[in-house]
Amino acid sequence: MLSKIIGCFRSLRPNAFLLITVVAALCVALPIGVIFAYLFTGASDVWTHLLDTLLGRYVANSAWLSLLVACGVVVIGVPTAWIVSVYRFPGRSILSWLLLLPMAYPAYILAYTYTSVLDFSGPVLTWMREMGMSEWLMAPLLGLRSLPGAAVMLSLVLYPYVYLMSRAAFLDQSVNLMEVGYTLGQSRWAVFRRVVIPMSRPAIAAGTMLAIMETLADFGTVQFFGVQTFTTGIVRTYYGLGDTIGAAQLSSLLLGFVAFLVLAERVSRHRIRYYSDRLRKLDQTAVDVRGLKAVLMQLLCCLPIFFGFLLPTAILLKWIFMYAEWQSLWRLTWNSFALAGVVSAIIVFMALAIAYANRLYPSKWLFYLTVVVGLGYALPGVVVAIGVLIPFGNLDSLISDMLSIFGVQPSLWLSGSLFALGFAYLVRFLAVGYGNVSSGLSRIRPSLDQSGRLLGLSQMGVLHRLHMPLMRGSVMTAILVCFVDILKELPATMILRPFNFNTLAVKAYELAGDERLIDAAAPSLMIVVVGLLPVIWLNRSVGRE
Amino acid sequence: MILRKFLPVLAASLISLPALASEVNVYSARKDALIVPLLEKFTETSGIKVNLLTGKAGALLSRIEAEGKATPADVLVTVDAGNLHRAKMAGVLQPINSKKIAGTVPKNLRDPGDFWTGLTVRARPIFYLKDRVDVSELSTYEFLADPTWAGKICIRSSSNIYNQSMVASMIEANGEMITEKWARGLVANFARKPTGGDTDQLRALAAGECALAIANTYYYGRLLDSKKPADKDVIAKISVFWPNQSGRGTHVNVSGAGLVKYSKNLAEGRQFLEFMVSDEAQNYYAEINHEFPVSTSASASQTIASLGSFKADSLNLGVLGVNNSAAVMLMDRADWQ
Repeated sequence: MLSKIIGCFRSLRPNAFLLITVVAALCVALPIGVIFAYLFTGASDVWTHLLDTLLGRYVANSAWLSLLVACGVVVIGVPTAWIVSVYRFPGRSILSWLLLLPMAYPAYILAYTYTSVLDFSGPVLTWMREMGMSEWLMAPLLGLRSLPGAAVMLSLVLYPYVYLMSRAAFLDQSVNLMEVGYTLGQSRWAVFRRVVIPMSRPAIAAGTMLAIMETLADFGTVQFFGVQTFTTGIVRTYYGLGDTIGAAQLSSLLLGFVAFLVLAERVSRHRIRYYSDRLRKLDQTAVDVRGLKAVLMQLLCCLPIFFGFLLPTAILLKWIFMYAEWQSLWRLTWNSFALAGVVSAIIVFMALAIAYANRLYPSKWLFYLTVVVGLGYALPGVVVAIGVLIPFGNLDSLISDMLSIFGVQPSLWLSGSLFALGFAYLVRFLAVGYGNVSSGLSRIRPSLDQSGRLLGLSQMGVLHRLHMPLMRGSVMTAILVCFVDILKELPATMILRPFNFNTLAVKAYELAGDERLIDAAAPSLMIVVVGLLPVIWLNRSVGRE
Repeated sequence: MILRKFLPVLAASLISLPALASEVNVYSARKDALIVPLLEKFTETSGIKVNLLTGKAGALLSRIEAEGKATPADVLVTVDAGNLHRAKMAGVLQPINSKKIAGTVPKNLRDPGDFWTGLTVRARPIFYLKDRVDVSELSTYEFLADPTWAGKICIRSSSNIYNQSMVASMIEANGEMITEKWARGLVANFARKPTGGDTDQLRALAAGECALAIANTYYYGRLLDSKKPADKDVIAKISVFWPNQSGRGTHVNVSGAGLVKYSKNLAEGRQFLEFMVSDEAQNYYAEINHEFPVSTSASASQTIASLGSFKADSLNLGVLGVNNSAAVMLMDRADWQ
């Protein structure tokens, strides 16, 4: 698949990059535009009601949750990435990819499994009560269904974004720079803090931003834990109060918040450029550790794997083997796999084009177009779906009206098809693909391009001969992350999918939402299994190089 | 390679093809697992193929609206009356015009204008912890706001449609002012912040986190059927109480359906609805999901029948839809999360 994408990409002419960027920005802008258009259709009565009652809570909860998750993913993602990049200890290579596994879990599945075990009525607390343990020991577990609890669940499944991107950055870093630090008498920690972290900032920031956006768009987890955020508010205003305008206004506010975050992060490093000379890579100079220190590092890496993957998987497996009835998942698995595979390839292809457009023709308007591309990720899936549904529906009516002249019965051409669904995925996940690809590209220093040109390569020649081999890792990571994200995507899939078409995520959610956790266990686990395929593929490809 | 295999499939499904004859297209808020077996039976007996799209009622409704005249949907199935009312008000339904349905389903479980019909009934009674509560202490929903229950009640979030409908029915019975005061009292009596679903409330009840819980009957029925020992323990500790028996009766809601205005397979759609109220379909829901039949000739599951008979609120369920947004705002003001 990878060679195909790269092959297609090579056949493009440079100005096609600009064209693709414009098309991509238009795609993302379409649903956003639809939502914004609602702002001007009049004021909603619900708005004053929201101001009086819940709006403050939505803002505060969303902000706190984002902040906690941001801290969580950095605290888990960066140190683990550092450990597996810099130190060599037994089990390092297997741990380095096991650390990706929690990404395959939708956060709400984690929430369901954990509460079933840790709830007041669950086995752990019941046992603790029977043992007569004191209240304060039980309190933190009881508090799972809360904002901090939701932050823990989300951090456990979202840290791999930060881990992946910062590991790639660490591995690419020049050892020379670090050695300069050591010769200047700095400790390992000081070098990490003062050289490595600042140099890896774009990657860490991009990963964290993805995690924050995913957090803001999360519905399943916060809903289940009773945390009222912007997204639950949008859904409640839309479904509970039947108020499209109010829901659109809330969405716009959320979008404004995200646009501010994205811009603030981009502007703050606007003039700084980060390049590494890649003379000697960190990987080749990894430090050997043995004994207690190695065990400690193994343990540290195992913690997130245990809580984010092994424990929930064990619970699901127990449910499946003890209570569940056999159900065939073949069809659902194929649907999920094929859809995620094809769409993630398309997304990454477009992301590459956008990243190159930005590199070759940097300009202000391109910068803003690229910001637009990044916004879709923060929109809750429901909002994207509605934003796609309305214009597609209108277009269908238009086509039907035109065809009715020829006596064709009105029917749908675009909405209710996989095209509409793929379009929504593109809007929602282009930011993920772009984040990964562009942080990879940003680490290739321009002098490399210049040397290439001096040696007589054309502009495209530089891309083919010099960049592509260097970009392989980033491109594969981008495909992996998009693939897993699409695999897990729920609200847009539910609203836009065609007749008789289900995915694993839809099935798992429907069963879990219907409080049939045991039946939901098998499709949930299957999501993880399918999500593992690209992880293994990624790992094998990286290993081959 | 993967791409090559998938491309023809993708190309075929890229544009949605016009519906063929002898089909019926169902948009259903009723989950896949609980409707597919019935659809198969329907196809078997009638020869009509059923295409299914499941989703949340609100989302399905927006999809029908956005699709307009071109919508492929013939039937909209929801699991509450409120959303059917909303669909009627949005102008996407048409009168059902079926003598069979009018003859089978009681009037209060159908729309006055015949725009939708109930398919199954679910009740929302009070459940209590047997060793902490004496039945004589219980009477009405209204009494749950009494300070005697401070810190003792478990109920799920106000985002849930079942709670919205329950409050909507109370607004109808007692007026908005009194209901808001009641909601404040109820919130003050919560044992914990509302989280989880109905089953979670029942589990919390059995574990002693609260003394009373409100939940739909079929969740209790599922626990009764469960193979898990922990679920059996839950059932052993709790019992059901039917509130408001000397007044308007216990709050009930329906799962129901309507015919879509721009349906292209009207006759098939109607035939499908008639099948859904037939004894065969009614008994299926009673057995599989412990819901009460709308048809008087079908019988409730043994499990649910064991709960005893009760007087149900005879309010026309269309009212639940009318009062829905008032109910949501009221619960917001009462800080019912």
